[in-house]
Amino acid sequence: MSDRDENDADPRAAQVRYDQARYVENGEYEPLLSEKDQTRVEIGGGDGDDGDGSGDDDSPLPDDLTRDSLELPELSEPELARHYTRLSQMIYGIDSGPYPLGSCTMKYNPKFTEDVAALPKAAVHPDRSERSTQGSLELMYRLQDYLGRIGGMDAVTLQPPAGAAGEFVGIRVAAAYHEHNGEGHRDEVIIPESAHGTNFASAALGGYDVVSLPSDDGGRVDLEALEAALSENTAALMLTNPNTLGLFERDIEEIAEMVHDVGGLLYYDGANLNALLGRARPGDMGFDVMHYNVHKTFATPHGGGGPGAGPVGVVDELAPFLPAPGVRENGESESEPGYELFDPEHTIGKVHGYQGNWLVLVKAFAYIARLGDEGLTDASATAVLNANYLASRIEYEVPYEPFHHEFVASAGEQDAADVAKRMLDYGVHPPTTKWPEIVPEALMTEPTEVEGKGTLDRLAAAFNAVAGEDDETLADAPERTTARRIDQTNAARSPRLSWQALGSDEE
Amino acid sequence: MHGTHTTGSPYAPHTEEDRSAMLEAVGAESVDDLFDIPDAVEFDGEFGIDVRSERETRQLVRTILGRNDDLTELLGRGHYGYYVPSLVDHLADRSEFLTSYTQYQPEISQGFLQALFEYQSLLVELTGLEVANCSMYDAATALGEAATLAERVRDTSGHRVLVPDLLLEGWRSTLENYVAGTDLEVEEYPTDDANVDLAALEELVDEECVMVYAENPTVRGAIEEGLESVGDLASDHDALFVLGSDPIALSLLQRPADVGADVVVGDASVLGLPTSYGMGLGLFATTDDYLRQVPGRLVGASEDATDRRAYTLTLQTREQHIRRERATSNICTNQAWVALRTAMHAAYLGPNGMVDLAECGVTRAEDLAERLDDIVGVKAPVHDRHHLREFVARVDQPAPAIASDLEKRGFAVHVVDEHELQVCVAGVPDERIDPFVAAFREVIR
Repeated sequence: MSDRDENDADPRAAQVRYDQARYVENGEYEPLLSEKDQTRVEIGGGDGDDGDGSGDDDSPLPDDLTRDSLELPELSEPELARHYTRLSQMIYGIDSGPYPLGSCTMKYNPKFTEDVAALPKAAVHPDRSERSTQGSLELMYRLQDYLGRIGGMDAVTLQPPAGAAGEFVGIRVAAAYHEHNGEGHRDEVIIPESAHGTNFASAALGGYDVVSLPSDDGGRVDLEALEAALSENTAALMLTNPNTLGLFERDIEEIAEMVHDVGGLLYYDGANLNALLGRARPGDMGFDVMHYNVHKTFATPHGGGGPGAGPVGVVDELAPFLPAPGVRENGESESEPGYELFDPEHTIGKVHGYQGNWLVLVKAFAYIARLGDEGLTDASATAVLNANYLASRIEYEVPYEPFHHEFVASAGEQDAADVAKRMLDYGVHPPTTKWPEIVPEALMTEPTEVEGKGTLDRLAAAFNAVAGEDDETLADAPERTTARRIDQTNAARSPRLSWQALGSDEE
Repeated sequence: MHGTHTTGSPYAPHTEEDRSAMLEAVGAESVDDLFDIPDAVEFDGEFGIDVRSERETRQLVRTILGRNDDLTELLGRGHYGYYVPSLVDHLADRSEFLTSYTQYQPEISQGFLQALFEYQSLLVELTGLEVANCSMYDAATALGEAATLAERVRDTSGHRVLVPDLLLEGWRSTLENYVAGTDLEVEEYPTDDANVDLAALEELVDEECVMVYAENPTVRGAIEEGLESVGDLASDHDALFVLGSDPIALSLLQRPADVGADVVVGDASVLGLPTSYGMGLGLFATTDDYLRQVPGRLVGASEDATDRRAYTLTLQTREQHIRRERATSNICTNQAWVALRTAMHAAYLGPNGMVDLAECGVTRAEDLAERLDDIVGVKAPVHDRHHLREFVARVDQPAPAIASDLEKRGFAVHVVDEHELQVCVAGVPDERIDPFVAAFREVIR
């Protein structure tokens, strides 16, 4: 382990000779488009009679139906190309370096999936006939089938456009199921305190009261607390497994039995599914409904905040309540199967105007088809190996184990947010910080399977370099990024949310 | 060996030596030892999904999608095949844009934050409202979020949400799901000649209404002529006036702020995306009054330690990861990259290009309607209104059969009812218009 000793001896070894792009023009980082040009177009002068307008302007509409003017930047294509190229150089992506953001599963995004999503035949109008869109329907049918097998679920909808939208579908499906069975009085959803914030918000949006569940000393579901929380009012328990500490809920069978005994449903949050591919399936563990985060587990790019997709899988009993329409084989021909849309018998209706984020689904399908059984199973195994290896190399304490694909270290006396800022100076993306709150000054770390040993060593060296630094250095960080530490308090105190607001503010 | 992976994730760079060294470092014999899964729930089966090479996978997807017919789409209703300039594809596909996460670390995300700030600014100019978020999923979910916002900001205990009878079924259904956990009830008001029936709406609006929704243009492509009156009716009863539109329509039509709109929703992906089988970009703008009740992400300007302007996600205490069950919305991952594409496309067009594109939508729709109207057995447009991009044509013969015959000749149109078809010109190349009119002439015989 001589290389480790070297890293420990010289924290600078963790540094990458890489500064983020920083353009300064007129005292600002890259100017806004509006600072490069503002062009006002006057509209009107039309009387509504085509070609009969007077003066220079012959608007085809009468003045009272139009706005007076439109003022926006008017720039040439080369000017725009440079503007957006510069902006892109001021962003850190998974192609820039490691991105161990816990619970976000930031994997490398294969390039070929962009090409298949850009195929001209992927771009069809959502209102086209089923007959003329057999390709789109077949791809959806096959993706539904893949996801069902991977999750151990009987039926899948692809409609939810993100993980949180999938949670909301799960909640609505649970509500419809209970209502259908004359159990509409169930008004509580139980959620562990360490769960993702979306769980709470999705349950509340569905009209449920949230019952918060504490963890036991080992960081898992406290069975006694669960027993106390469960009642005839329980609609569902929402669970992440492994949980946000990376720990597998070993009592899952008992948990499922307890929830089912009171007539509740068990919901699986797919955010951590990357830990389980080919090792365990939510359906086999007793979960009734789950969502898949395709931009996590199935490596579709996150796009700086979306689009994602959050397909939902359910067991047979819940299939009649899924959103409409689903896709199925129409059974008309054995030699060349046809596909059709259908409304499940007791459908909750729609949760998106059309079929969700279709192009993302195409990428997810291609990713799964590329990896197959072996690739998916290996992804999980390697992700778990990587997390364990990285944890073994860092000097920060990791209080809960055995973890799987992610672990939560504690920054101890240091401020986790400052640690994150300082890590930026070492050319790596920091972990998720200050969450889950079970671990003080949490550094929630998920390297995923795509980082090799060399990168993990470099990441560990960055962790360790920061661990040895004083508070003042941390508070001054970052210094090698596009912008220095940003005042977030002021941003919220006096919100300036557009260049229009900026103009009035700075005049 | 590169390119010949047959086992394992092709995107994990480990060699066998690496794996051994790493296992040794963590003190495990094999990776299996690291999994803490009870036997009873361990999966020992197979998915039955074959491993494929990249080339084989591309071919598979190409073959499957190849079953989609090539049609000229004269379909609209929120999704248009406007030409997307190459600039958008090439620059939005730069991998820093594509492969970054939500901007939780603003110091290394300035480029994306600035692009989203510019997107918000575009919507502020288009709507005249002060606040725009940097995206919802699509128009239908944005409408759902508008309703839950109306419920939160309305002082009284009203529960009625009024929507036009023309509202698309998918949007109506999505709205119903969004309000299912509230006391809100969705009710329809009638339309008259594809515009709001103002007299009927006046009868229906009362103090129990929290929201009145209208669209410009309407689903039938008709430009709304009574928006100010709708705004007045809503504000007279302390209800929010929510207006549905899109960036191209907003470049030309009445400014929402000028007709009293409190919220603007719609699909902004008319710019930046092809017709992606329904994938969209929810537009959401509102007034300063409701700033702290806005759903979703907001990018704000601030300063960094050198006092230079810098951007950051802001007002996050509204959001689910902080406020949990008391958040303004459950949205987390949104459509940031699509918003980027829309902003790029708008910047490419500039204000002149956007107004031109909108005006073309008026004149080309008018021209095509005239040409169809010349065909015996066809009346177009059915509605005596100005139209943007699309219009309804009445046909003497059964409309579904005509649509089906048109499809056989390579053209897709909407069926409105037994004797009405809806036709859209947006994104249809000029050279496809003559063949379409010829095909229409043939199938109407």
